[in-house]
Amino acid sequence: MDRTQRIVSARIGRVFIYALLIFTALLYLAPLYVMIVTSLKDIEEIRSGNLLLFPLKPSLYAWQKAWSSACTGSECDGLAPFFWNSLRIVVPAVAISTFIGSINGYVFSKWQFKGSNYLFGALLLGCFIPFQVILLPMAKLLAVLGLANTVTGLVLVHIIYGIAFTTLFFRNYYIGIPTELVNAAKLDGAGFIKIYKLIFLPLSKPIFVVTIIWQFTQIWNDFLFGVVYSGSGTQPITVALNNLVNTSVGGKEYNVDMAAAIIAALPTLLVYFFAGKYFIKGLTAGAVKG
Amino acid sequence: MKSALQQLLPKLVLAPTTLILVVCVYGFIGWTALLSFTKSRMMPQWDFIGLDQYIKLFDNPRWMVALENLGAFCFFFILICLLLGVVLAIFLDQKIRSEGALRTIYLYPMAVSFIVTGTAWKWILNPGLGIEKLIREIGFQSFEFRWLIDSEMAIYTIVIAAVWQSSGFVMAIFLAGLRGVDESLINAAEIDGAPHYKIYTRVVLPILRPVFFSAIVILLHIAIKSFDLVQSLTGGGPGYSSDMPANFMYTHAFNRAQMGLGAASAMVMLFGILAVIVPYLYSELREKNG
Amino acid sequence: MKTKLAVLASVAALSSGSLASAGEVEVLHWWTSGGEAASVNYLKEKLGEAGVSWTDFAVAGGGGENAMTVLKSRAISGNPPTAAQIKGPSIQEWGNLGFLASIDSVAKSNDWDNLLPGVVSEVMKYKGEYVAAPVNVHRVNWLWANPEVFRKAGATIPTTWDDFMVQAQKIKDAGMIALAHGGQAWQDATVFEAVVLGVGGPGYYRKAFVELDADAINSATTVKVFETFGKLRGFIDSNSPGRDWNVATSMVINGEAGMQIMGDWAKGEFKVAGKHVGTDFVCVASPGSSGSFTFNVDSFAFFSQSDAEKAKAQGVMAGEILGVDFQRVFNLNKGSIPARLGMARDEFDSCAHDSMDAFVSSSQTGGLVPSFAHGMAVSEAVSGAIYDTATNFFNSKTSAKEGAAQLVKAINAAR
Repeated sequence: MDRTQRIVSARIGRVFIYALLIFTALLYLAPLYVMIVTSLKDIEEIRSGNLLLFPLKPSLYAWQKAWSSACTGSECDGLAPFFWNSLRIVVPAVAISTFIGSINGYVFSKWQFKGSNYLFGALLLGCFIPFQVILLPMAKLLAVLGLANTVTGLVLVHIIYGIAFTTLFFRNYYIGIPTELVNAAKLDGAGFIKIYKLIFLPLSKPIFVVTIIWQFTQIWNDFLFGVVYSGSGTQPITVALNNLVNTSVGGKEYNVDMAAAIIAALPTLLVYFFAGKYFIKGLTAGAVKG
Repeated sequence: MKSALQQLLPKLVLAPTTLILVVCVYGFIGWTALLSFTKSRMMPQWDFIGLDQYIKLFDNPRWMVALENLGAFCFFFILICLLLGVVLAIFLDQKIRSEGALRTIYLYPMAVSFIVTGTAWKWILNPGLGIEKLIREIGFQSFEFRWLIDSEMAIYTIVIAAVWQSSGFVMAIFLAGLRGVDESLINAAEIDGAPHYKIYTRVVLPILRPVFFSAIVILLHIAIKSFDLVQSLTGGGPGYSSDMPANFMYTHAFNRAQMGLGAASAMVMLFGILAVIVPYLYSELREKNG
Repeated sequence: MKTKLAVLASVAALSSGSLASAGEVEVLHWWTSGGEAASVNYLKEKLGEAGVSWTDFAVAGGGGENAMTVLKSRAISGNPPTAAQIKGPSIQEWGNLGFLASIDSVAKSNDWDNLLPGVVSEVMKYKGEYVAAPVNVHRVNWLWANPEVFRKAGATIPTTWDDFMVQAQKIKDAGMIALAHGGQAWQDATVFEAVVLGVGGPGYYRKAFVELDADAINSATTVKVFETFGKLRGFIDSNSPGRDWNVATSMVINGEAGMQIMGDWAKGEFKVAGKHVGTDFVCVASPGSSGSFTFNVDSFAFFSQSDAEKAKAQGVMAGEILGVDFQRVFNLNKGSIPARLGMARDEFDSCAHDSMDAFVSSSQTGGLVPSFAHGMAVSEAVSGAIYDTATNFFNSKTSAKEGAAQLVKAINAAR
């Protein structure tokens, strides 16, 4: 009796857990659902119908328009051209900021020197600077460097303000690697670079995944830096999306807006979809150990 | 010779980061501080007028609203994210079927920027279009959910959307943390006959303290920068009841030709954050290395 | 400066149809979709015909908020665009900072002084020289109404604010929404402006909200304005906060609501929905403002360039903007009226005709005033202060007296 009771209560417990997890999942999916459903409707149906209902006659018209013919300024080529712009910004910015973070983390965790902890603290505090504050002085600095309104300049800005987080991730990960390993290698005559290359780099795959996903998401979704520091013709996709969905004349095409929004978010969504597993694995491997 | 180089290398490696930190973070903060003592209007001008901008700032009713909102937002956003993140992580850790799919669902909002989801959220929270209408149509005629249009409650709709976006990430790092907890500890407690929830509150969560640290730092960082969120969800309204400091700062510095006032608000914001985060960072970082 | 002017003069002479390459322009604007984008594209083609290539720098959002941020950062890095969409007193502020280029020779050779109404050309000049070219003139003080709703409610279209309260009550009693409104700061300010004009008249409007005369702001009229403005809270629906203006317009279109107070750009929304002026919707001056005209002029200002080629191209662009073709196409698309006088009227609709007539007549009676809700009357700082006060008042239970007091304080703090 006692035993069956316990089994029953465990059953109920599991049902409860599943119910809660699934309910939450549905809530989380609601905005995406609304966006997808809206993108498949025509304008008349959006105006008159319930926004949660499935479209009567689903159509991909809005997707086509958002991708290749919606206006984002005086040009009406949709989001397609801006996809490439974003990639040109994101790839080098993510690669370089991640690499610097890795080296920095290595020093902060295993090659500490006097004051290095304070430096790390100062770097962490740097994360908290509101980006709106740095817009103008950064513009000036880029001009001095001759990089105003260039892709290189924008990439540089992303690297600069990404370092704090990438360093944090790598430092916290490397701290979990036993210091004895480093000491033993030192006794064998290995130096700073050799130890990094032979011991740390091979162990770093999970944290590279985490950091790259994080940075990719941040930089792909960035609007503020993208709009201020890009030049004409090199604007990232978020800027184009913003141009596409904003109108002061009216006649808003919500279906096209929603399709465009999903298109702009697709790369990051896909990254989470396919690499989400590694993200958790990477985190588990120690990224978050304080 | 070689060992001298080895001594120098770690510092050399950190040199670029240090330079960036000095110029692009603390240098720019200094620049902003200077600007806040000037009467700069449309562009920076270096006529110093002492503390006038700060006096004006604290005499501005909109700023006071923004400050209060930031406090309420940070508190509820961080609290709910942590609660939800921990609960979801613990539940997901109960050997759940299709854990991968659920995880991805909780995580995906992080991949999407708010330029993208703002409109969908606006619809969902709007009484005439979203949740309220839906539940009334199901048959609960007296159901009310009108925070979005209520001056007192609008800020909490921003909390809702922000929690949606970030709680998945909190879940992920706690899940990762849980996976790292030594199973034998839990088994030992189970043999002692401790109830399930007590094992978590007494044994597991204390071990996860460093995870709380990472989560809080990241959440606070997100909270302070929640600029897009306000812009796209409420636009600061109704009236300016859901305005936040970052939006106040941006509007005044860039659109209202009150750059000095904007700079002053940025400084107040920054010091407010530092007052909270510095003691916390100090205690956490010290403990670990001590 | 002298040589630049000389260069510009020679370009102006050439500007009609010369195919010689005349450099390029990079244009910062926030007209990115629908009819606006098409209009900009038309200007681009026109310039192409004149041999000037166009680099588009479009940044939309919040009536140019993002664009202004971009402009400032580009100016500070010494790399401003050739031309940017700036309007009203901001043109003077950019001039004061020394960023603007004179296009006076183009203006002279095309006789802008006689082509443009005085109030418009005044805004386009810095220290007596043209630095900007106007695109259009919007009338802001319009009331858009659905006659079907009025018929059902047995109401008549109001001509004064007192009458408005009576008629709006009838619509409300008939179970419809009297006033369609979007609760965003700029829309609150747009309605507030209409109330100021209708209750106080253009004389008070000008004294208090253009000249910022302390006695006028701090007067019983201001309290009365807030009283009237406050009464409107009762005639909008509770879901209005955050609503886009075009959604509010569609409420009038489909008969949910009776009226909307909005500038002439609202007309495009009716047209897109296939509605006809006179039968499906009517446009009248907002209550108590039939002889007045709050104007909102969009314009492009030109930034100093070190490159002579680019300076030349600026002249060509300025010429094209004031050209008959562009003014016609652009304003037909946008619902506004041409900035230049003496254009053929037949393609424009009756609302535009009303607007053109009111523009001329009000300029003779002193009823022609700049719109403070749309950045034409006062500095950005002061109009921001008015925005804050108006929107906060409208969305709270603040009393009229308190509202007026807050306005005085906010304007003083912002000057």
